[in-house]
Amino acid sequence: MPNEKVKILENILSANDQLAIQNRKILDQNDIFGINIMASPGAGKTSVILKTLNLLEGKARIGVIEGDTAPVTIDSDKVNALGSPAIQINTGGNCHLDSVMIESALKQLPLYELNLIIVENVGNLVCPSSFDLGTHARVLIASIPEGDDKPYKYPGMYRGVDVVILNKIDLKPYVDFNEVYFQKGIELLNPGVLIFPLSCKTEEGFSPWINWIKSRLTNNKLH
Amino acid sequence: MHELSITENILNIALDHAKKENASKVTDINIHIGQLSSIVDDSVQFYWDIIAKDTICEGARLNFSRIPGKFICLDCQKDYLMGSEPGPCPSCKSYNVRIITGQEFQLDSINIEK
Repeated sequence: MPNEKVKILENILSANDQLAIQNRKILDQNDIFGINIMASPGAGKTSVILKTLNLLEGKARIGVIEGDTAPVTIDSDKVNALGSPAIQINTGGNCHLDSVMIESALKQLPLYELNLIIVENVGNLVCPSSFDLGTHARVLIASIPEGDDKPYKYPGMYRGVDVVILNKIDLKPYVDFNEVYFQKGIELLNPGVLIFPLSCKTEEGFSPWINWIKSRLTNNKLH
Repeated sequence: MHELSITENILNIALDHAKKENASKVTDINIHIGQLSSIVDDSVQFYWDIIAKDTICEGARLNFSRIPGKFICLDCQKDYLMGSEPGPCPSCKSYNVRIITGQEFQLDSINIEK
């Protein structure tokens, strides 16, 4: 039987990417800035988000989408305790969030009263980087105890983000972390990416991060 | 775990195009994966054998072409292959470099019978 070759040239995740574009449209129509926070487990995603909610109190109307692999509400409970709406997504063991999950979470949030949505992805430095969610900025949280070689070991993740937060800088005196080696690795893969070194413990370095978010927000929902 | 979603996507795209071409059988799936994209071939093959069952893609060969990561140095204009990890320009040691290949994640083509 004759065998015929059919050219396709399609991105394997194009279905996810198409839906991500729709999600971004929904955010744009509602004047909402969307952030996708990715990191390894324990880098401080939830701590950075909670501190950010605190520091933006009265200056932003924030909704949070929490992704976890198990049916827990630990993170969303903490966000709710601060007075912000939070949607908890249980990925059922899956290692990443995708744009289908975000589409359904957006339907459950009061979009008309928000101007910022923060998505906390599943703790993982590999899979989440392949899946566009439709947010405007992809933020990676690295942390001092993880080690300075992570850009070299997880190039896909470091290549694909707009902002890198370097968390836990208060631990620098106790950990051998070569900041120049770390930054050179990022520069190779992602020249010009914004880097915010900070500490949730001492609040050092939070102002530039908070100011960066503020510069992205529209303020017409604050009153 | 994300190999399962990737495999489902590969199957959906392949079935979609095979249908458009009125194929009776898909014999080969040709996939281009860059060095900077994370995917485990064996794992995709494992899921493929399960999810392609009872479709016209059942038994199709998955052919993975690995595209090496390649950088160009903006200072000396030479290009160079990425080793096991990204590094500066081997000729002039500059970090002022850009990735030119290695991020591919594409279903290139399928082979069909009508």
